[in-house]
Order: sequence, then structure tokens, then C-alpha cells
Amino acid sequence: MLHIRCPHCGMRSQNEFAYGGDASVKRPELNKEISDLEWDNFVYLRKSLRGKHLELWQHISGCRQWFKVQRDTSTHEIFKTIKANEDI
Amino acid sequence: MQKYSIFNLIKNAFSNHQNWDLAWKDPTPKKEYDVVIIGGGGHGLATAYYLAKEHNITNVAIIEKGWIGGGNAGRNTTIIRSNYMYDDNALFSEFGMDLWRKMSQDLNYNVMFSPRGIINLAHSDAQINIFTRRGNSMRLNGIDAVLLSREEVKEIIPMADFSDNVRFPIFGGLMQPSAGTARHDAVVWGYARQADSMGVDIIQNCEVTGFDVSGGKINGVRTSRGDIKVKKIGLCVAGSTNILAEKLNMTIPVETHLLQACVSEPVKPVLDRVVTFGAGHFYISQSDKGEMVMGGDLDGYNSYAQRGNLPTLQHVLTEGIAMMPFLSKLKMLRTWGGIMDMSMDGSPIIDKTHIEGLYLNCGWCYGGFKATPASGWTFAHTIAQDRVHKLNAGYSLNRFNTGHLLDEKGLGTKTWIS
Repeated sequence: MLHIRCPHCGMRSQNEFAYGGDASVKRPELNKEISDLEWDNFVYLRKSLRGKHLELWQHISGCRQWFKVQRDTSTHEIFKTIKANEDI
Repeated sequence: MQKYSIFNLIKNAFSNHQNWDLAWKDPTPKKEYDVVIIGGGGHGLATAYYLAKEHNITNVAIIEKGWIGGGNAGRNTTIIRSNYMYDDNALFSEFGMDLWRKMSQDLNYNVMFSPRGIINLAHSDAQINIFTRRGNSMRLNGIDAVLLSREEVKEIIPMADFSDNVRFPIFGGLMQPSAGTARHDAVVWGYARQADSMGVDIIQNCEVTGFDVSGGKINGVRTSRGDIKVKKIGLCVAGSTNILAEKLNMTIPVETHLLQACVSEPVKPVLDRVVTFGAGHFYISQSDKGEMVMGGDLDGYNSYAQRGNLPTLQHVLTEGIAMMPFLSKLKMLRTWGGIMDMSMDGSPIIDKTHIEGLYLNCGWCYGGFKATPASGWTFAHTIAQDRVHKLNAGYSLNRFNTGHLLDEKGLGTKTWIS
């Protein structure tokens, strides 16, 4: 069982959360010329790191807020959780 | 190589079975090979076997970080099927079914292929419609498919829940009678033994540390047991694809996720088919030892851990008990986890890459075991001929740029939603 500290509600068990994927994926800027390749890469390419991974989670059975979690993908250790608009 | 037969069994009985040859050797890596396959799982070993058998390329090494068959080849639930709707998936898998049927004879190794049939249960009228469509598509591609009514399902699997007040009543099911199971370790050992006998070097406990690429061409591979000169490399490492891709400055449309499976204590024969629950994600079969072999959803977050968490297991087994209530009486014997190479459309990649001499085989999601022979056969063809076979033409790497996705399940890129 993972224990995740929601930045808004505090420590809760894994069951209350939903995963949202790699938080380092950046949508291409609007109002800019964007090639098809850039769009494809944004949609489909993933680094899928082994080790420290910054990811999005949603506290779906709680405050329903999205936030970021820094977690080790080989040990499941959670280092840090921050609000969605904050950076590590 | 000694042939495995009743006569050799009797002959060796006289010497207390002390004089059997080793099934494969433990060679030290040579300085140079024609082809190096990275990853000693089922797919890698099958690739080496078909390179030698079909293309007469025997100066081949398989490099494996751990031991052969210790990854997903030893962690799956051994289901073999070809019940796909899309042509690319259906024709590829059905080609594989044919190789499965001949495998024990071909490898002179009993892989215990058991074509017991798979039943996908439907729990609504809409699902019956979808299964009817898929069944018709399968039959158009020459794959056997039978649509079962509720009564017909009840006759085959009476232990499922057919009572009145269930949340997900069984409306019927889609059966592929020729689908089944096989002994996963025997598949690995059978391919390894035959590949070894044809001159392939199986090098275990050897980790790839880097690649020698210059001018857009593969020149060699660096390993923990020395550098190897080679012009062609086949990457066949499932969940570790992105780790090796990073060493090649590549990013692959694959995420690595965790999938758990479990077996119950052994019980007397009760279930002679593979059955899947249609209102969730749960599948079950009974092994020859009597254990109920079960699996279901991914744990749902990126992971390389090879071990899972209990909430997912509880969720999966809840579905199982909803489908077959008697499972609640069984004790769990073992649970384990493996790391899946989840591709962004749910279908695999077997293709050349932008680096000359580098070939990619990945993205099997949770359907890699059944694909072992077909994957090895087509990957060997792709490597030997330096071009894809028509069977794996749909499994291209650039389909994510051209839009020719094979989203059989229609899940999009959110691989953890299963």
C-alpha cells in the first residue's frame, strides 16, 4: 500500500488517489507554429524513468485536487508531494 | 544434441539419468558476432532460434542480465489466444497459433500446449453486440469463434455465478475453442536448447552497459563481460526497453507498468477453460497442478519494481469472486509482479529503427507470452532480411507519426486505465 501525502489534506492511503501520469510532459505552447512531429512526441513519447519520477496524481476520493508526486519507480519510495502549480 | 524420446529415457535409466547432456552451454562471450539479441526471455530466445533455423544465421549471441526466462516469461499466466478484431493483430496471432500447435514436435520439448479454449464473458446486450462483431471479424480471418448464449455458458462453466440478483449477470460469451495455455518455462527451455544446439551462445548474467554507435550505424555493444563487435542488434527487453533506449538517446512510445498475478492453493479439477470477466479485468484458468491462476488490472502507476501492492490484488480478486463465488473459499498460495512494456496504443512494435543495424521488439503490454513464437519468427525475419515481414508490417514504430494506430481496446495513451 502506498501512502501519499496530499498537499491539501495530508497523509492518506493509495485507495483515495488516481494516477495521472508523467508530470514532466509539457503541452506545446499555444499561439506558436507547432509541427506534426512535436504534437506526436507530446502525445506518444514517454521517458518512463527508472528511479526518481515526477508524476501527477488526483485525490479523487478526497479534495479532488491534482498535485505532483516525486516517487522512485524502482522502490516506490515517495520523496515529495507538491501542489500542481509548484515546481520541484 | 540428445533427442528427448522414450528410447533415450529408457537408455539413460540404466545409468540413473546421470549422463544426460546439459540442455544448453554456458559460453564466455566471443569478441564478435553477426547478430546479438539483447534479452533472454521467450521472445529473444525464439528470435535466435528462428534466425538459426529459418535464415541460417548461427553466429548469434543472446545477452541476458539475469537468467533466461526470469522476467516476464516466468511471470505470466500462460494464456495463448488470437481473438483479435483488427487484421494486423488477428493474422499475426493466428500465425502464432499455428506455431504453438507444432511447437512440442518442432522443439523436441513438451511445452504442454493445452488448447482448452477461452471464454470472454459478456454482461450486457451491448457487450454481446460487440462480441458478435469481434467474433465475425475473427471468422473472416480464419480464426474459430463461437458466440455462446447464457445457457451454453452455464453448461461449460456451471461454477460461475448464474443466480438472479447479481450486479453483472452473465448474458453470454465469446469463445475461441482453439485458444489455451502452455507451460511457460518449457517454452523458454525448449527454445534455448534448440538455439544452443544450432550454435547460438546464450550468455547469462551479462548486463548491457552501452552501445557503440557511429555514423548512424551499430558497431558494437558494451557489456559487463566485455565489448562485443556486432553489426546487428535485436532489442528484446520488454519492460526495460526505455532503460536501454536512453543509452541510445532514443525515446520510445512505451511506458513501464506493473502487473500482478497470483495462484491459489491446488484444488481438484474444476475449470477446464480460460475464462475472462467482461465487466472488469480478470482472467482465470486452472493449472495442471490444480492451482487457480489469476490476474487482472495493472497496478496503475509507472514502476520497475517487479512487485505490487495489495489494493490492486484485492480489487482484481473481488472481480473474480463476483464471477465465480467459490474462489472466496480458496487460500492464496503465491502472488508476484512483472513489469510490462505498455505501448501507447496497446499493440506491439517489431521494426527497424533510425539507427542502421538496430532492431526493436517491444510494447507487448500484457499479451507477450502468447506472441512468443510469432514474435520470434517475424523479428528474426526483420533482422535477417533487414525488412519487415508482412505479418509485422502493422507493428511499425512510425505508426505513432502516421496515425495508423492499432488501438484494439480503444484506451488511448492512458495505459494504466485497464
